[in-house]
This record gives sequence, C-alpha cells and structure tokens, in this order.
Amino acid sequence: MVYGLVGPCFTMAEVVVDHLLNGDSSAAFEGADLSTKLKLMGVDVASFGDPFADGADNALGVTYTDPVAGVYKKLVVSDDARTLLGGVLVGDAESYSTLRAYVGGQLPGAPEQMLFGGTEAAGGDLPGATVICSCNNVTAEKIRCDIAEHELRDVPAVKGCTRAGSSCGSCVPLVKKILDAELAAAGIEVSKAICEHFEYSRAELFDIVRVRGITAFSRLIAEHGTGRGCDICKPAVASILASLGNGHVLKGEQAALQDTNDQFLANMQKNGTYSVVPRIPGGEITPDKLIVIGEVARDFGLYTKITGGQRIDLFGARVEQLPQIWKRLVDAGFESGHAYGKSLRTVKSCVGSTWCRYGVQDSVGMAINLELRYRGLRAPHKLKSAVSGCARECAEAQSKDFGIIATEKGWNLYLSGNGGMRPRHADLFATDLTDEQLITYIDRFLMFYIRTADRLQRTSVWMESLEGGLDYLREVIVDDRLGICAELDAAMARHVETYSDEWNDTLKDPELLRRFVSFVNAPETPDPSISFEVEREQIKPVLVAGSSLEVISK
Amino acid sequence: MTMTFVATWVDVCSYTDLLPDRGACALVGDRQVAVFRTYEGELYALSNLDPFSGAYVLSRGILGTRNGVPTVASPMYKQVFDLTTGLCLDDPAKSVPTFSIRLNGDRVEVMT
Repeated sequence: MVYGLVGPCFTMAEVVVDHLLNGDSSAAFEGADLSTKLKLMGVDVASFGDPFADGADNALGVTYTDPVAGVYKKLVVSDDARTLLGGVLVGDAESYSTLRAYVGGQLPGAPEQMLFGGTEAAGGDLPGATVICSCNNVTAEKIRCDIAEHELRDVPAVKGCTRAGSSCGSCVPLVKKILDAELAAAGIEVSKAICEHFEYSRAELFDIVRVRGITAFSRLIAEHGTGRGCDICKPAVASILASLGNGHVLKGEQAALQDTNDQFLANMQKNGTYSVVPRIPGGEITPDKLIVIGEVARDFGLYTKITGGQRIDLFGARVEQLPQIWKRLVDAGFESGHAYGKSLRTVKSCVGSTWCRYGVQDSVGMAINLELRYRGLRAPHKLKSAVSGCARECAEAQSKDFGIIATEKGWNLYLSGNGGMRPRHADLFATDLTDEQLITYIDRFLMFYIRTADRLQRTSVWMESLEGGLDYLREVIVDDRLGICAELDAAMARHVETYSDEWNDTLKDPELLRRFVSFVNAPETPDPSISFEVEREQIKPVLVAGSSLEVISK
Repeated sequence: MTMTFVATWVDVCSYTDLLPDRGACALVGDRQVAVFRTYEGELYALSNLDPFSGAYVLSRGILGTRNGVPTVASPMYKQVFDLTTGLCLDDPAKSVPTFSIRLNGDRVEVMT
C-alpha cells in the first residue's frame, strides 16, 4: 500500500532509522491513522478514523446532505451512539480537528450535535491519550507534559518542542486551546510582548518612541529589540511614528514599515487590485463633485459602491492607475479618505437642524468640523464617528468610537461604541457640552487612546480593559487626574497644524510615484493576471490562478 | 526534433530601483517574479503568486525576520514565507518557487 500522507511517512522513517541504528530492532510499521483534511478544487474535504466502518454490524452512520450548499457530512459511531469511529466531511471541514480528536473516544454529545454544532475546538479537557496531531502522532498528554516541563508559553514553542501542528497545521486551534487551558491552570500570565522582536506592549513602545524621541524603526529595534521586525511590529511602529507626527508615511525608512494598504494609500482587494475612497466630510457633497467621482469611475472602469460611512468606494484599480485616478480627484478638490489607514475614517451625520423639522443642532456642520480636525490621525485601529442632530439618532452615533447627539442646550458625547463583530453601545460620557468642550474632550480621548491602547485594539475593547472604566476616563479627561491634559491637548494641536493630504503630497513627489507600478521592469504593463467579468452592469474580479486550481494537501 | 532550454540571467532593474527592506515585482517572460532587497542589502527572488489567495501580490508584503530567517509576509492574509527557501513558515504544506538572483554591477538579474 502506498500512502499519500506525511504521518505514515514519518512513522515509516522512524522504523527504518530504528533498524539502521539497532540491528535486532523489533520496530515494525503497522499502518497509520489516515485522517486528513484536503482542499480539492476549492472544496474542503476531510476524513478521519474509519469512515466506512458503518458497513459493520455494531456501527451506525449518521449523514447530513445539503445539495444547495454543497455540503455532505457523515459520522460513524458505535451502535450505542457514544463512541466516534470515523467520518467524512465535504464542503465544510471546519469541525475536522475537533472531531478527529474524539475518534475512538466518547462523544461529548449526540452525533447530530457534533455534525452541526461541533465546530468549537474542544477544550483542555480532552483525555490524555487523544491523538491531537495525527501527522506527528502527538497526544494531548505529551503536549501537556511538555508545556509544563519545558515551560512552553506560546503556540510556536509548543509546535517546535512537540512537533504537534507543525505539518498540516489543522490541529493548531486545538493545540492553542490546550496551551491556554494549561497556562490558565498554572496561573501563568501570558506575555504581552507584541511579537518576537520586542518584549514590550504597544503602549510601552509608544512611550519609548515618544520619550526617547525615536524617529526611525532601525534605531528602535537596534536599541530596544532584536532581529529585523515583522508584519506585526513594523505596522504598529509605523502607526506610532505617524501618530507622533513624523511626516509623510511613505518617506524614508517609514516606507518599509507600511502594510500594503498604507504602502499604496488604497485598500487591497482579493484579486490584488485596490479600492479608492475620497474623503466626503460629513457625507456632504456637491453635485459637481458627485459628477467627478462618477466620471472617474466610468473612465477607469471601476466598480462603485456607497459605503456605510456616507462615502463612495471605487473598486478595481491597478497600482499604476492609482496616481492617475488621484490626479483627477485631487484636481477636483478631493483628498485622501484614509480608508486604507488605521486612522479616522468618517464622521457620519444626519441632515440636522438646517433641513430637518426635528433637528436641534447643525449636525452636518459639526460632523464636517470634526472630520476635518481628526482626518489623517493614525491610531491603534480605525476610528469612526457620527453626529446626530437630535435624540432620534438617525446617524447611529451610539455605535461609533466617538458619537455626538445634539440636545436643546448643546451636545451629548458618547464614547467607545462599536459595530462590527462584537457590537457595543457607546457610553454616555458627558452631557450638554458647548462646541469647545466637546472638541476638547474628544481631543483628549483620542490622544489618550492612541497612547495607551494595544495594537489593533478598538476603543470599545480598550475602554473595557481600562481599570475604573468610564469613571476613570472622566477623571483623566475632565479632572486631569494624571496631569497629562496639557500634553494631550498639545499633541492634538500639533496634529491639526501639521496635517497634509497624503495623496496630494504623493502626486507632487516623483520618487514616490515611481513605486506605483505593477512591474519594476515594465512600468507601463498592467498585471495580466487581473481580469474582470460583468455582474449587474459593473465589473467584478475573476481569479485566474491560484489556490482553487491547485490540490493542496498536507 | 529536440528542443533545449538554457536558463540565462535576465536583467530586471537597477539595485537602486529597489527600496531597502521592500520588494518589487518583475515580469520575466510571462512569469511574475517578486524580488526583495532586505535591510542588510541581500537580494531574494520568489514567485509573486500568493498560494493562499491566488493573487499575484507577494512582492508587496512586509519583510522581516523570524528566528533570524529573512521572511516576507503575504499582504493578503499575512502568512509568512522564508525568503531563502520559499517555504511557508505558518503552514509547512505550502511553499512558493524561489529563483536565483544576483547583483551584476549595479544591475539586478534573475534566472527563472
């Protein structure tokens, strides 16, 4: 029998080595676990244990077929439906690693539950004999022992030491769960180091950069880190440097730190093209400017979509088209919308007291004012805002990082709201504020967040992690308990003063423009791998190469 | 009839066309080659095709090191590749082809 899997291959090699080193070795290859997960022509398939055991008398097959979604799942269980013997997953192999771990063992629930709900990786309570990694034949017990014995503290360390998860990787979520459970049980605090290159959290790095006046990544890593950085610490430091005002994000060494979105000042989409979002402050736009956006989209053949933030997103631009597109937009008075940055996106507004019968304040005017004040401000994560002109809250301000709702007497300020994966309503921070008070509080809130939050931590999670929460934030921002308000105010004043449109600056710089090409040796040639088809009268990407054409196995 | 193919060095760009600690893509025949210049000035060449997304984007990834090994992270879903071998360090089942690359005077040349 010829195996196509790495697990049996490793086992056979071990047997051979044993015989080579030890003449009277009794080691023998006695078959192997053939569980595997593959992606065939873009379809996930997996099989584990003995998927055909249901032919036997004392086994039962439980199957689920969904021809609409292209999903087939089968579990083979013992005749008392307690023990998992094997199974097959086609079209949806999410639950593979969990199910495989239960093969030969007792199922925690009824088989149908495992078919539908069993996607959550099993916890640290799996029996010790359970094989977690079938490629390298590593049991839960072995992983637990090695974590304790060798003081392993993260997944790469566990992989390196036990080899679990180091071949096909499908058991890594399970390995992580076991590790987390072991660390929690041992009362070990998980390191807050941002990555292998710095032993500091983002907030600590921010203070190091600020206090020591560091302006280059090379100096920071030479004096306070190791190696050459990575895709985690580099963008984090790029953001810190930008928050502290170090000029254009693509100038000098900063160019090497930016993630691709910041590198091309546009948002990369799934086929390697980019989308473009011009700033439309407060969502207010003249007919003439609307026409310009329409003409640009038409002339470059871009897909257009209205965003949730009251702007217009133009999709399908190749790198070499970005400067041409932006030349047209800048000439018409547009500027970067920073949709690509971890920075202020948009301040949404309702139409407000100017037009609305119910409005009590000029919400559009305030939204534009705020958007222009905070545009370009780099932060640990994206920032969204909205201003509603009355308590009816048409702008949905309570779902924003900072939301403002007009009152008869002024403005109510709500902080740390969030839409997204885990929605959170913003907390009412202060009521009936004047324009000046409102802006002062938002200035300090944003700067305090930028200084102290973790990498990629939204204001909602940051607020929840603040000891003392909202009351503490009031003490810092309103009562100046930490004595840092003057500093925060000055930092924001500096941001407002030094703001400059990144796209306008880029267009004026031939050195920067040279980077906007698909091919360094053929600047005029468009990337031939990019192609589109038409759907609802607009373009949509076609992926011509790649994973869907390859058979990916372990 | 017998056809023989002789691999030859192909001129791609000048060394200074490459930014320190970044990559760029070169079109060699109909092959997309991602060329990288590390902070130290070393040159590496990989296929530009990201095997995870199927998009030709690896040249636009962030360079760095993992345990001392020079790496590039795909800009699409952030898997990290060893620049010296093309192996994906986050998923040993995946790798990308590597190509020979050299500096000839101030010109960068690759062999595919």
